[in-house]
Amino acid sequence: MKSAEEIFDILKKKFGDAVLSLDKDTPVEQIISIDPLKINLISKYLRENPELQFDSLMCLSGVDDANGIKVKDAEGNEIIEGGTLSVYYNLHSVSLKHKITLKVSTPRNDPQIESLEKIWKSANWHEREAFDLIGIKFLNHPDLRRILMPYDWDEFTEEISRHPLRKDYKNPEFYQGMKVPY
Amino acid sequence: MALKTEHMVLNMGPQHPSTHGVLRLELEIEGELVNKVTPHLGYLHRCFEKHAEAMQYNQVVPYTDRLDYLASIGNNFGYALAVEKLMGIQVPERVEYIRVIMAELQRIASHLVAIGSNGADIGALTPFLYLFRDREHILSIIEETCGARMLYNYIWIGGLSHDIHPDFVRKTKEFVNYFKPTIVELDNLLSFNKIFIERTANIGILPVDTAINFGASGPTLRGSGIKFDLRRDDPYSIYDRFDFEIPVGKGLMGTVGDCWDRYNVRIREMEQSLRIIEQAVDNIPEGDVQSAIPKRIKPPKGTVYKRVENPRGELGYFIISDGTVNPFRVKVRAPSFVNLEVLGELCKGNLVADIIAILGSIDIVLGEVDR
Amino acid sequence: MYQYFYDLTGNTIIATLIVAVFPLVNVLLVALIGVYLERKVSAWIQDRIGPNRTGPLGLFQTVADFLKMLQKEDATSTEIDSKLYNIAPVLVFTGSFAAYAAIPFSSKLIGSEADVGIFYVLAISSLVVGGILMAGWASNNKYSMLGAMRSAAQIISYEIPTAIIVLSIVMFTGTLSLDKISDMQTASFWNWNIFGGAELGLTKFLMIPFMFIGFLIIFISTLAEVNRTPFDIPEAESELVAGYFTEYCGMKWAMFMLSEYGNMFAVSAIVSILFFGGYHSPIGYLGNSIGVEWLIPFEQAFWFLAKGWFFILVQMWLRWTLPRLRVDQLMSLCWKYLIPYAFVNLIIIGIISLL
Repeated sequence: MKSAEEIFDILKKKFGDAVLSLDKDTPVEQIISIDPLKINLISKYLRENPELQFDSLMCLSGVDDANGIKVKDAEGNEIIEGGTLSVYYNLHSVSLKHKITLKVSTPRNDPQIESLEKIWKSANWHEREAFDLIGIKFLNHPDLRRILMPYDWDEFTEEISRHPLRKDYKNPEFYQGMKVPY
Repeated sequence: MALKTEHMVLNMGPQHPSTHGVLRLELEIEGELVNKVTPHLGYLHRCFEKHAEAMQYNQVVPYTDRLDYLASIGNNFGYALAVEKLMGIQVPERVEYIRVIMAELQRIASHLVAIGSNGADIGALTPFLYLFRDREHILSIIEETCGARMLYNYIWIGGLSHDIHPDFVRKTKEFVNYFKPTIVELDNLLSFNKIFIERTANIGILPVDTAINFGASGPTLRGSGIKFDLRRDDPYSIYDRFDFEIPVGKGLMGTVGDCWDRYNVRIREMEQSLRIIEQAVDNIPEGDVQSAIPKRIKPPKGTVYKRVENPRGELGYFIISDGTVNPFRVKVRAPSFVNLEVLGELCKGNLVADIIAILGSIDIVLGEVDR
Repeated sequence: MYQYFYDLTGNTIIATLIVAVFPLVNVLLVALIGVYLERKVSAWIQDRIGPNRTGPLGLFQTVADFLKMLQKEDATSTEIDSKLYNIAPVLVFTGSFAAYAAIPFSSKLIGSEADVGIFYVLAISSLVVGGILMAGWASNNKYSMLGAMRSAAQIISYEIPTAIIVLSIVMFTGTLSLDKISDMQTASFWNWNIFGGAELGLTKFLMIPFMFIGFLIIFISTLAEVNRTPFDIPEAESELVAGYFTEYCGMKWAMFMLSEYGNMFAVSAIVSILFFGGYHSPIGYLGNSIGVEWLIPFEQAFWFLAKGWFFILVQMWLRWTLPRLRVDQLMSLCWKYLIPYAFVNLIIIGIISLL
């Protein structure tokens, strides 16, 4: 059983700059921020290190941080430019019974994160969901398709209505000839 | 010269009697043998997470009912706990006890449906109706308390929507006494039926490391033989005060982690739930159930991940608060969603009839798979 | 029966028509009562009430359903092979109701007193397989197709143990005529084939255990032949939606249902003729004791129906109690257990008959 600080120290020692910070401001959770392109290496270490043994990925949540600048596009829709999208990983060790939350942030205009599908199979559908609803691309994911939304959602809708959980999402007028806001 | 052969693609669902809702499975079959299963989700997607962002914290509670509609109390419970953790609310003892009793009653009701439909998929329709008869007793107990039979909206942030009915304790005890013999009846009718064992033992074996790696939880994980129950391993509410066991799959009829084990874990879990109810129902302290409900729910900035042991597994709420009255992000880690992913692994090389048995033993509710 | 009506009317055509309509009426009545009973019995078993709105005790429920079926639109998919699709229900229905022609309901009430009665019944009921395969193939539906394949495999496999047991009875009694087989078991239940036949002696007592085994085998295999739980995999609704008749509706679907219930009674009748004395009373006739000769055929019909419906009730009881087997388990039950046992049983009965 290790606390978040201890885990952070272990990771910092091992990976240096790829481990960005330990966020203690939040009232209940302590969050370690990680470089999005190194997350797979760090996760593998977290799973395989005998002191840590994070054998289970409980939850993977994509979040639109909405920390960019709000501007109006050509059609008068308010969109967010710049800023980041984030993914939170809630890890848990069944054998050692400790928990940790990891966070990676990636630029909004080109969101790319390494996939963890190879490390925890449960990441597969969670990543598909984050891709589907937030629009984060997971590199090296074997099957990155939409999961909850229709597979052809992209073909019929505009850029702004692709990923519903983004804060600047706007309902499309029509989908396959059907009126969407009713 | 060898004849050119093709695999047949069989589309099971979204309208199919035993996909338990609107799940669509794409089966690649060779005769009756299944080579590959691809689940397609999203037919029941109701934008819960998007809705939650537009609601105030207390307004989200009714929406959580509709996630796992067979275990609504558990969903309310998890959400309330998450927000309470974020706000640092301490709820009164009476509320804790009532919550636990309700959650355990709900667990029994939910397992009854799971077991019944697992049996019905295999062809035993009669146990299904017997179990629904038993479930009716639980539903009427809850109905008397909060007026609803399925979507209760009962556990609120910091309290409960209604205090318990004056008859509640007596009726719950009556139910416990009534239900104990029916478990034996169920065992005789279905669990140890030779044909049922033939159909479920040694089918869909889920090894424990695969189960953990896939993030499986609840009876699906415990069926593989690992003692992991959040009520014990990450205690929430007042579960640490009660004495109960965690039933695990032992491979009694076949291999550890087969369909029969997962089925049996559910039955044994109902017995343990009865134990918890028996211990809790006599000790409900006096008090007010709404005193701790905050007038205005406006949690501080921060994130929280709270998980509870729902009948189907680990239900987690990941909530980000930006300090306003609306949640910034609510993500639900739905147990069925994660457990369903294992299906593709379990079904390889089984017969079409086994897919039904395996799906029934994983026990999914599409309401929370698609959210 | 033909002779009787010919004497009565003096017209060959009318007599033939009456005799030909007789099995049809029978099968319709059986299906009507069978469907109602199935609902009531399943309701009693499952702690429900069952149909209770249409008429007293819901007695007219099946009639109402039948009327609904007649009125329904015959909706078909555009991609079907319409010839085969339309022939299939007729063929299945024919197969099941033609069997009634040779079944003796009483000593006077037989469609045809054919000397090869049991052989004819076995042969004509195989038509059903053809119909089922046609239905499955013509529907152009994968579920129907799978159901039809399962069904064909199942019915053909289970015909073998049935035929072997029938053969052992034929060896024992020395006749293929269902009427004669029934007649040999007259007077008392002690003379039934299951109790070793009418001849007293050592052979009778030696025969009893093997007759019981034979009865069990033929009961199980006929259960499978009519696709009843636990052998209802061809139409397993939780796997294959409805099996080979998934794409059928209205009257065509009703014909499949009619033939299912018709078959149920037919196999029950065969079992009771072969082992339980057919139409003969187990305790003697009231007509004989009070000297009213014409009462006897009616008593016989009563006993025959009672035996037939008893076995139908057992079939229903099994259906609502047991889960269903898987397709491979079903096949292994037939080929690995029933057929070898049936063969051994055949040989032993043959040897005992020779003694």
